Amino acid sequence: MISRFPFRMDALVAFAVAFGLGCAGGMASAGGAIIVQSTTSTANSGLYDHLLPLFAARTDMRVNVVAVGTGQAIRNARNCDGDVLLVHAKGAEEEFVADGAGLWRQDLMYNDFVIVGPASDPAAIAGLSDVREALAQIADSGARFASRGDDSGTHKKEVALWAAAGLDPQQASGTWYLETGSGMGATLNTAIGMGAYTMTDRATWISFANKQDFAVAVEGDDALFNQYGVIPVNPEVCPSVNAQAAQRFAEWLLSAEGQAAIAAYRVQDQQLFFPNAGAKLSDKN
Amino acid sequence: MQGMAESLSLAGALVLAADPDLLQIVALSLYVSLSATVIALCLGLPLGALLAIGKFRGRGGVIVAVNALMGLPPVVVGLIVYLYLSRSGPLGFLGLLYTPTAMIIAQTLLITPIIAALSRQVLEDLHLEYAEQFRSFCLTRRQTIQALLWDGRYALMTVGLAGFGRAIAEVGAVIIVGGNIDHLTRVMTTSIALETSKGDLPLALALGIVLLVIALGVNAAVHSLRLSAVRQAYA
Amino acid sequence: MRDAALPLLDTLADAMPANRPIVPLEVAGLTVRRDGRALLDGLELSLGAHGVTAIMGPNGAGKSLLLRCLHGLVTPDAGAMSWNGLAPEAARHRQALVFQKPVLLRRSVAANVDFVLKARGADLARRAVLLEHVGLLAKAGQPARLLSGGEAQRLALARALATGPDVLLLDEPTASLDPASTQMIEEILKSVALHGVRVLIVTHDAHQARRIADDVVFVSKGRVVEHSPATDFFPKPGTALARAYLEGAIIP
Repeated sequence: MISRFPFRMDALVAFAVAFGLGCAGGMASAGGAIIVQSTTSTANSGLYDHLLPLFAARTDMRVNVVAVGTGQAIRNARNCDGDVLLVHAKGAEEEFVADGAGLWRQDLMYNDFVIVGPASDPAAIAGLSDVREALAQIADSGARFASRGDDSGTHKKEVALWAAAGLDPQQASGTWYLETGSGMGATLNTAIGMGAYTMTDRATWISFANKQDFAVAVEGDDALFNQYGVIPVNPEVCPSVNAQAAQRFAEWLLSAEGQAAIAAYRVQDQQLFFPNAGAKLSDKN
Repeated sequence: MQGMAESLSLAGALVLAADPDLLQIVALSLYVSLSATVIALCLGLPLGALLAIGKFRGRGGVIVAVNALMGLPPVVVGLIVYLYLSRSGPLGFLGLLYTPTAMIIAQTLLITPIIAALSRQVLEDLHLEYAEQFRSFCLTRRQTIQALLWDGRYALMTVGLAGFGRAIAEVGAVIIVGGNIDHLTRVMTTSIALETSKGDLPLALALGIVLLVIALGVNAAVHSLRLSAVRQAYA
Repeated sequence: MRDAALPLLDTLADAMPANRPIVPLEVAGLTVRRDGRALLDGLELSLGAHGVTAIMGPNGAGKSLLLRCLHGLVTPDAGAMSWNGLAPEAARHRQALVFQKPVLLRRSVAANVDFVLKARGADLARRAVLLEHVGLLAKAGQPARLLSGGEAQRLALARALATGPDVLLLDEPTASLDPASTQMIEEILKSVALHGVRVLIVTHDAHQARRIADDVVFVSKGRVVEHSPATDFFPKPGTALARAYLEGAIIP
């Protein structure tokens, strides 16, 4: 018994490695699987759970979604760890394409950002439609504001809005300005836990389950427009990319059928994303 | 505490309904963490045994280093594995990123130091008792290590359990290298993180309770094995 | 009892290497110091090729340490040991040492014997003969560490014999054992000695030494004070020290 022990261990290692690789190989060879590097709002709000079965009905390829912040999604795609990029930070997206990392970029859909806050509304911003004014009031009152602080699309947008309001909340970092460095959900949980305002995309907010006494305080400003874009990763830069499948998925999203499917997705009787592929809305952003 | 009660009943409902998605997630969690534990045992036990009986220069330094590596943050391990397995990394050609294999690799790296450090302690104590008798039998180093591993098997089960517990509970490494892809790399902990970020705290907690029950089951099984071994003075 | 040790001794003869004997033993100036104190102090000893030697002496005389030196487990600070030309380390695989407290593996009785047989590349079929001989065949499947003290020491002896030794070293093997186990061990020692195994046994038990020893080495303060045939030693010890020891041991 004892003399067989080490060989049994060797066999186990071989088994584990072979099993692991076999499993991985099986997954990879499933006739054209692609990885979508995505922002979290589309995943957390359940959009992919709605879209992917519709897409799967027309094709045998598998779509795997990795949901991270826009900043990290773009970095992962730059490392060739994705076939399609679906994010919401137009400047960074255009840079991605200009650098040659992406084939092309198309507007896919939009919704808007909102500022949510506690019912007590310490900065008295509820009902304002001018987001710059609201931010200025928050800064003046010293009411807490939770920022993503993670280089995500939402964070980039928020930073731009503070700048547009002529304010630098970084100076108050750690006092009333709280940078969570986390995803939207975690930041919402933090904001709600601390009674702080925060900015979120509407889709995440509507599908967020832990709202407690929080509600939308500021909405409707054109500056809160939130554009999502789709980019197939350039196979000349990343040879590992499944270019055909990636283009097929991206083009399906932009097609009449894909756009209709996006429009049809509703949570709590509200439409979360508004398709605008090909629409000339860039002046609005 | 109302939330806790809600989560408990939700956890019960999830299990009773045998939800196929939940079952798949549980199965993948067990597959990944058990595989990582088995591989880490294969790597960590011989290392621990060598450290326990070996006499070589720098042994003390290696022991301190291995002990320190027990505190390795999962997210750091995940990051390192990501950098290697990324398509732009040195092992990118393997195409392993965002697969269960990548998660197994990350968890293996995470818990191998734990198994090596704890097994070294167990085996060193055992060797203290056996050393003179083994020298009298003129055993080779290989025979000594085999005998120590076999005779320490029940104590080493607890070591394996410590590694498994760490693996199945961690989220930082698997979420980076696995990507939390639905039906592919989603495990218990990444599901809990996801439901938390969706604000569905009762569901997140219910999944946590299911995870806890699984961990309890594994621990109870090992414990009863060990108990019968203790009765035979084999442990 | 158990006169016919023939099956056992067959197994021993098979296991014994056919190369030259490792006795006689010559020890000269053997010295072991610990913390500036000489535990063995220039010990001198010559042992012939045959028989059972009892090593006796008061506590702390260095008897156990001497056995460990002869077995190559302790490296002396000075002196020379020669097992018919071999250093103790080189002779160790042809010796077996039975410790005062048996160190049994956390396995069954049978597996404890198998462990040694396998390590020596010997035939596992010998296990039954060995266990039969120490009266443990019926307990072969039991956990070794649940054996009584006497049974445990008998298993340790069976394991030692499983190595097929030319020399058998025993460190107070029957201290605090039941009479039956003691008797069984003594019978086995006598019979293996008859068949050519050189036996060295450390013991405090003068009765035991009288029963089994051919010669007695009396050690005190790390030196051999007296070495004489048992038939001379017990009736009239040659030194006052030995006489006092024997009287002290005999009179409770």
